[in-house]
Amino acid sequence: MKRILLMGNPNVGKSVIFSRLTGVNVVTSNYPGTTVEFTRGHMTFKGERAEIIDVPGTYTLEPTSKAEEVACDMMKEGDLVIDIVDATNLERNLRLTMDIIDKKILTIVVLNMWDETKHMGIDIDIKKLEELLGVPVVTTVAPTGEGIKELVIRLVEAKVGGIEERKEHERWDEVGRIVSECQRLSHRHHTFLEKFGDASVKPLTGIPIGIIAIYLIFKIIRFIGELLVVVGEGLFDSIWTPVMILMSEVLGSSGFIHDILVGKLIEGEIDYGQSFGLLSTGLFVPLAAVLPYIISFYLILGILEDVGFLPRFAVLVDTIMHRVGLHGFASIAMFLGLGCNVPGILATRILETRRERFIAATLLAICVPCMALTAMVIGLVGEKGGQYVAAVFITLFVVWIILGFFLNRMMGGESMELYMEIPPYRIPYFGALMKKFGMRVRQFITSAVPLVLLGVLIVNILYSLGIIEFLGKIFAPLITRVLGLPREAISSLIIGFLRKDVAVGMLDPLNLTGGQLVVASVVLAMYFPCVGTFAILFKELGIKDMLKSVLIMLISAFSVGGILNVIFYGVGLGG
Amino acid sequence: MVDLAQMKNGQQGIVVRFQGGHGFIRHVQALGIIEGKRITKLASHPLKGPILLSVDNLQIAIGFGMAKKIFFNVDGQ
Repeated sequence: MKRILLMGNPNVGKSVIFSRLTGVNVVTSNYPGTTVEFTRGHMTFKGERAEIIDVPGTYTLEPTSKAEEVACDMMKEGDLVIDIVDATNLERNLRLTMDIIDKKILTIVVLNMWDETKHMGIDIDIKKLEELLGVPVVTTVAPTGEGIKELVIRLVEAKVGGIEERKEHERWDEVGRIVSECQRLSHRHHTFLEKFGDASVKPLTGIPIGIIAIYLIFKIIRFIGELLVVVGEGLFDSIWTPVMILMSEVLGSSGFIHDILVGKLIEGEIDYGQSFGLLSTGLFVPLAAVLPYIISFYLILGILEDVGFLPRFAVLVDTIMHRVGLHGFASIAMFLGLGCNVPGILATRILETRRERFIAATLLAICVPCMALTAMVIGLVGEKGGQYVAAVFITLFVVWIILGFFLNRMMGGESMELYMEIPPYRIPYFGALMKKFGMRVRQFITSAVPLVLLGVLIVNILYSLGIIEFLGKIFAPLITRVLGLPREAISSLIIGFLRKDVAVGMLDPLNLTGGQLVVASVVLAMYFPCVGTFAILFKELGIKDMLKSVLIMLISAFSVGGILNVIFYGVGLGG
Repeated sequence: MVDLAQMKNGQQGIVVRFQGGHGFIRHVQALGIIEGKRITKLASHPLKGPILLSVDNLQIAIGFGMAKKIFFNVDGQ
């Protein structure tokens, strides 16, 4: 099978073209391989099925980060390269084109973002460019699909370009020559978006804009989330509860099977928070409590990603991030981690050194609560009052700073510096936005729901076998003395390894005080990664560093939990 | 000749040389900061924070330490 590689600089629209070429009905699987994720799909080429790979973005074929290494390794296994070029930045992009052409591989060049060149007063002579590069050139506007058909038709024309070998310093000269021959620029005025883009990255205007933006972002996420929770709860109450009641009656209102499926009846009724049956709490937690916030978060995150806010945010927080041994770019990983820690930790691959990746992944796993945990904390702890919810998140943020500061000091070595391009603000394409959103929500449903069900099942089994009671006795000193929680909270800590949302949910039947809920939520967020995060930490850091990271988690979680307990006890809110 | 950190916001200049290893030079060149290029310094963040500049149609942010290793001939000097 022929293998087609989609290559190009970061942020030129490779993935959009990828999804256009492979179509919607094609299986595109994600490969969180040992190095970096790349996506593969299939398309028809010369009447045969060909594999097409979305290679991570790279500036040159001499790798500077782990993500770029993969791109270069992929190159050796490809038969044909579709080189995606940002038409609005021809010169910088052609540098990679030169590198690719010099590898003597079948190449076709795509000038993407063609529509933007017109607004920007850029005129490129395609015929001339084809002549100079010696390979076919097509123009596209990926999000609308313009030019994709031509790309598919002309794919067979892909050629091995380039005649003579070039040395590295000659390549930039060559690129300069090509650009001066086929590109003409005309003067134009700055648009509002450009002016706003500038304002939001310069310190004087950017910092206030950034603070307002972050405030609004979380306000909106919470607003939409709460709204959807009401809808979800309403649906469960009106549609699912009658089914559950019927089922409960059929099963005789008690017994092992009844308790596993429907759960224990609380005062003769089904309580989605406390019954803990597979079909009651097991479905309610992921679908009615967490899903609303997943929907809300990924809707907003998708917009922020596509608009171009995140790199600007990275610049604004760069100075702060240096205090914890990272640079601004790591903030993007932290942002993603707020949705789910797994993609957040994957995103740390973009960082240059092992030291940075360790610090970033550890801080993320300890102090960045995922949306599943956040949703449950808002739902459960929120019942006691907003100040308790705030206490949880403020604690995590303070720990993030203190821990980061210590890790930075302890690990030796210097932190790397930020260097990144800041894409212009763009108005997102609705279709692309919805597609990404749909994929993320689907992924949550397919990966989280089974794990939640498994968690609820395990809880039931452990309880009925008396294992929870047994462990509760063993760990009683830690749980009761240090954390000030009832013994039964051990069950929540056990399940926290599987899913944090179920773990928080298990605090509900314990009738904790507001202070105790804060301690338990903070410890649950910090003490150990959930199984998905654990696996990705292992893959990314290797066993030795992962164990180191886990040790830091356990120590910091129980110290912070203990300190919080003392504080709450001191002000008379403890258990 | 001044380095990027010494340049004033809004000033334009031509890249003259880099002071640093092969890896560093490749990093900045990959972003389009090449000898002979005209760039505009847009802003600098306080406390030795990142510096913003524009090359062609691109905006780039680079760390303070890196900025000190890129030298320019500033227009009109």
